[in-house]
Amino acid sequence: MRKIRRWGPGLLLVSPSIVLVAVFVYGLIGWNVKVSFSDWRQAVQTSGFDTSAYRELFPSASAGQVWDFLTAVVTGNQPDSLNTDPAWVIDLHHALLFTVAFVLGALIVGASLAFLLDKGVAGEGMFRAIYLFPMAVSFIAAGVVWRWLMNPAEGDRLTGFNLLFHKMGLGFLGNQWYLGPTWGAAALAIPAVWALSGYIMALYLAGFRGVPEELREAARMDGASEWRVYRHVVFPHLTPVTLSALIILGHISVKVFDLIVAIGGKQLITQTPAVYMWILIYDARDYAKGAAIATLLLIGISVLVIPYLVYTVRSERNV
Amino acid sequence: MSTASVAVEPRIRQRRRRQTQARIVKYALLVFAAVVVLLPVYVLLVASFKGGGEADPSRAWSLPHVWSIDAWRQAWNGEQYGLLPFLKNSLKLVIPATLISTMLGSLNGFVLSRWRFPGSDIVFLFLLFGMFIPYQAVMIPLSQIFIDVHFPEGIPRLVFAHIVYGIPITTLIFRSYYATIPEDLIEAARMDRAGMLRTYWSVVLPVSAPAFVVTAIWQFTSIWNDFLFAVFLITDPAQWPVTVALNNTTGSLVTPYNVQMAAALIASLPTLVVYIALGRYFMRGLMAGALKG
Repeated sequence: MRKIRRWGPGLLLVSPSIVLVAVFVYGLIGWNVKVSFSDWRQAVQTSGFDTSAYRELFPSASAGQVWDFLTAVVTGNQPDSLNTDPAWVIDLHHALLFTVAFVLGALIVGASLAFLLDKGVAGEGMFRAIYLFPMAVSFIAAGVVWRWLMNPAEGDRLTGFNLLFHKMGLGFLGNQWYLGPTWGAAALAIPAVWALSGYIMALYLAGFRGVPEELREAARMDGASEWRVYRHVVFPHLTPVTLSALIILGHISVKVFDLIVAIGGKQLITQTPAVYMWILIYDARDYAKGAAIATLLLIGISVLVIPYLVYTVRSERNV
Repeated sequence: MSTASVAVEPRIRQRRRRQTQARIVKYALLVFAAVVVLLPVYVLLVASFKGGGEADPSRAWSLPHVWSIDAWRQAWNGEQYGLLPFLKNSLKLVIPATLISTMLGSLNGFVLSRWRFPGSDIVFLFLLFGMFIPYQAVMIPLSQIFIDVHFPEGIPRLVFAHIVYGIPITTLIFRSYYATIPEDLIEAARMDRAGMLRTYWSVVLPVSAPAFVVTAIWQFTSIWNDFLFAVFLITDPAQWPVTVALNNTTGSLVTPYNVQMAAALIASLPTLVVYIALGRYFMRGLMAGALKG
């Protein structure tokens, strides 16, 4: 009884939040799954259980179809015989290209910037502030200028980066950017790398600085060159940072939406799963399929995040 | 002895020269990266100060011949492209949502770190997961539920959504912050038989200012910049926050590009001002949210 008096009020104080999250996160996720298995595919809905939305998103269970589906997602070329929704297959292909370009790009740029800043440079605060500022800008506003920078127009209408390259005598670098038929989705990752590299830099910088100076000093005493100090002492310490960075970037990538809408609008050539879900609901009123895609996004992210959360909380407890 | 020093000296000099070279390369790379990061800002500024006649693609990278604020005026309150009403909407959204979710986060964070109950770690994990979900996974039922219960249309729906889905991150930031308050302080209050609210009010709240600033900045920035919730939950264009209005203005091919750029700048100014004024706290929020993206 006395114990309840001790912790009861605390539980009471948090309970509104618990209820809100229980209803609006977990409850609505459940409801969304239910919608995805319904036949709410036009304006009207009967009460039937229907898996047709998923059947359009997954290949049918024959080895040939599964193989065709997977190769189509990887290469972007769909054979006519494939019976999944063609737009969805293109979305997945775009998501794959975007993710690889974005995650690698932001990791490499961010880690390199942190590496350059690590040992202290004059004006470090200013460099950091500049690299981080894109985090304060919305993807919609950033999209306005990036769409212009990556304008694919040619000839008289030449502009953006293509014009800059042309003026610098680097005209051969000119390309179609996000409207390129093969690598367009990877070009869309450029503004995303621009936006997130500063954040990754900050994570890595904290990681670099978290390595005890005595360890570095000890390695130097043993005659290790500065590079070897990094190679054998500092880098191994960065595994947790890299893991966090991968999770953060991966989960942004799965749900990328604003940036794509701001740059490419609703065009199929830039479409990603999250954008398709929006189109399905707003234009096609296909709620079941929209909900099915949302469910798949959630599953994709949970696979990334849940093990990470459990791991983080566990290691917190061990400290 | 003397032969040894003769051999060593050029090596030291060589090493020093190599260090200088390395430093030059390092600064060159850092400056290059800074220029690339700022390039879009240059484009935005230069284009936004060009008059209508100068907005020709072939001169896009050059400075304006005549500096004009015409585009800014049109993007601010021009008849066709004016963002002013939508900026007001965003303010009406961001202020209550930020204040309330920050308060909630503070109370939750306090209980979950300093007034724990059995299972409070599990409750934290339960809340935390809400931060990572793609909001698409709740969007269809959420807009449905608002209609079903006749929730006031427009901005109030967005305020509510941002408060609810802000619970995880605000709780996380405060919980980590309060974990650094010495346990003795809390214990002393408990010894004085102070209750939970009294302890919160007289011991915890007075030292909470930094966490409030960090959380409020985080919430302000993400709510101001939000597009997803707004585009799904707001049906009446008069209630659009500025991100949706901006996307609508700039998505149309007829909008002159100098106006587009001025509009993008105007829509970003509030968060940029906060970033410039309080960048230190912004950074701390980011690190607290290292769990988040």
